[in-house]
Amino acid sequence: MALKILFDGIDEPGLNTLEVYRRRGGYDALEKALKMEPDEVLQQISESSIRGRGGAGFRMGQKASFLPHGDMEKYLVCNADESEPGTFKDRELMQKSPHMLIEGIIIASYAVDIHRAFIYIRGEYAHQADILEVAIAEAVDAGLLGERILGSGHSLTLVLHRGAGAYICGEETGLLDSLEGKRGNPRLKPPFPAIEGLYHGPTLINNVETLATVPAIIRMTGKEYAEIGTETSTGTKLVSVSGDVRRPGNYEIELGISSRELIFDLAGGPEEGRTVKFWFPGGSSSPVLTADDLDVPYDFDSMAKAGSMLGSGAVIVVDDSHTVLEVALKLAKFYAHESCGKCVPCREGTNWTVKMLQRIQSGEATPMDLDIMASVQEQIIGNCLCVLGDAMAMPIGSMVEKFREELEAEIEAARERAATGQLEDVIPIGVADEHAGPIPVH
Amino acid sequence: MSAGGRARIPVPRFGHGSRVPGWDEAVDLTKPPAVVPDPNLTPVPPELKADIEAAMAKYPDRRSAAIPALHAAQEVHGWCSPEAIEQVAAVMQLTPAYLTSVATFYDMLETQPKPRNDVYVCTNISCSLRGADEFLEAMHEAALEEVDVNVRAFECLGACDIAPMASVNGEYVGPLEPADAARIVEDLRADKPVLESKQLRYRKCVDPGVAEGAKDFSPPPADVPKADRAGLGPEGDTVDRPGPTAPIEMPREQAEDED
Repeated sequence: MALKILFDGIDEPGLNTLEVYRRRGGYDALEKALKMEPDEVLQQISESSIRGRGGAGFRMGQKASFLPHGDMEKYLVCNADESEPGTFKDRELMQKSPHMLIEGIIIASYAVDIHRAFIYIRGEYAHQADILEVAIAEAVDAGLLGERILGSGHSLTLVLHRGAGAYICGEETGLLDSLEGKRGNPRLKPPFPAIEGLYHGPTLINNVETLATVPAIIRMTGKEYAEIGTETSTGTKLVSVSGDVRRPGNYEIELGISSRELIFDLAGGPEEGRTVKFWFPGGSSSPVLTADDLDVPYDFDSMAKAGSMLGSGAVIVVDDSHTVLEVALKLAKFYAHESCGKCVPCREGTNWTVKMLQRIQSGEATPMDLDIMASVQEQIIGNCLCVLGDAMAMPIGSMVEKFREELEAEIEAARERAATGQLEDVIPIGVADEHAGPIPVH
Repeated sequence: MSAGGRARIPVPRFGHGSRVPGWDEAVDLTKPPAVVPDPNLTPVPPELKADIEAAMAKYPDRRSAAIPALHAAQEVHGWCSPEAIEQVAAVMQLTPAYLTSVATFYDMLETQPKPRNDVYVCTNISCSLRGADEFLEAMHEAALEEVDVNVRAFECLGACDIAPMASVNGEYVGPLEPADAARIVEDLRADKPVLESKQLRYRKCVDPGVAEGAKDFSPPPADVPKADRAGLGPEGDTVDRPGPTAPIEMPREQAEDED
């Protein structure tokens, strides 16, 4: 049986209650951690070499060690604003095992001496938020949260904060602004949140999955955890596989297994008679890979070497029944809609990319447009406060690069259709996005 | 988004021809600037006031409660109307302009009147690969006559495993077929749980390794709170329902090979 750490017994009925969670050994790791010195706990986390599961893949231990010591208001924020298209791992984890996350938050806050923590959950996850709220109340009643946890000197208040639907709030500084009650605009970095974050206090921000792994690290020790997976990508990872596969869903894998095993053996691969055309290895923000890359090991470094990234661990498979253009247009529209508008390259770049893709569809484009589109992508990357623009530029850039021939053929075909008047259905430029419009009132 | 012969829902526009409300409306410079409303002169429903105050008490800075407070006001008023914003502003002691700036930023806070029931149809990549655009069209059509249903195309809702899916008043349902659109409207009209057989809350994990280790589960405590019943099936249901896209069992030999 494959190793399960986060998903061990995840379908056990009632696991989201404190009673069942404790029966399975829950909160034992917390008791163990509270008997250790905070620095020892941090040491264990560092030794596990666990990399952030939210997208950037930054080592959690290192991030936590950046927090200044001393007597000041410090905060821990759990990023549960899971909005990256294709990602739904945190949803299942929070819904079925909320106490694992709460336990992780308590241990992490103990390690860096934090007394106030927040879970920022996206507003759409109403059911999961309800479950977490009940779980937090249970933990408070059991003395696991609040003053002097389990008789130790550590205190922690945990507040669940529901967002209201904005992709940008998954970006850490946008999330902090949103949590402070503002529009979710990203901030200029540095200072990084570890130095100056929420309410200007040092803030540790981690993804749900990262924090939920902390109890396991304490239970099995950091060294032992580091032996799972590969040398630089330790541990197991929840991977959300979706799109054109037969068994879409969350799978817990050991980092470093081949992508083929993940997509075909576990998720069932595309329908009979279809083949993988391209796939996103780490959410819609990652550069696409093709069928030639299916044997790349699924871990942080191998994905980077293959020219993409592991990101949030969301594999979206696209089979040969779909055109590159339709996927690119969906993608570009999403980022254009979600751009907060603060930085010009992102705000304009995403909008113009949508318009250029629509020109291809309406038969107005020439092959030169592909060069312009590619150069627009290059000019977005690295020129904004946050990576939302890059998140569109990287996959679109990779699609233009890898599927140039197909896009050129599409341009030709659409021009021909336009010339023969078969294009009545095409939406006029600038009118296509339903999201941007007012809500239809009947 | 292929150019088939499908009928398209016309993009709604405002009187001035734009899709963006009031983007070219000049500010009335003769009006006095909006200030923090006087709590004594602004009547606020007592439950709403209590909700907002409870939210404010949770944070070191009261402004952090802006989103929860606007959510609560939207529950009461149906949308973030100027009146609703005025009331929140009075309780939170903030300017209405500040709260409006927040309300206009987020997709779930509506600054236009809207029907009561929300149907958010995910039209992002994973869902559209599996037919979300067709479903959205069917949903629009099914709700055309229905005054109380607000159908909206939404960005990724984080449930690509049940693609194509929708969130009906916060309840995730999927995978959907165009025929489900009419059933959703029916269930909403009858005020019943929506498409109960397709609700995400009953779905099991597809990872085969999870099911393998799941033989020794003992039954959950009988008195678990309602929100804690996730995965247990509807009231009185004793059978574990894997849901319509439950994992196809791996053949035994193959499963053994994997180990």
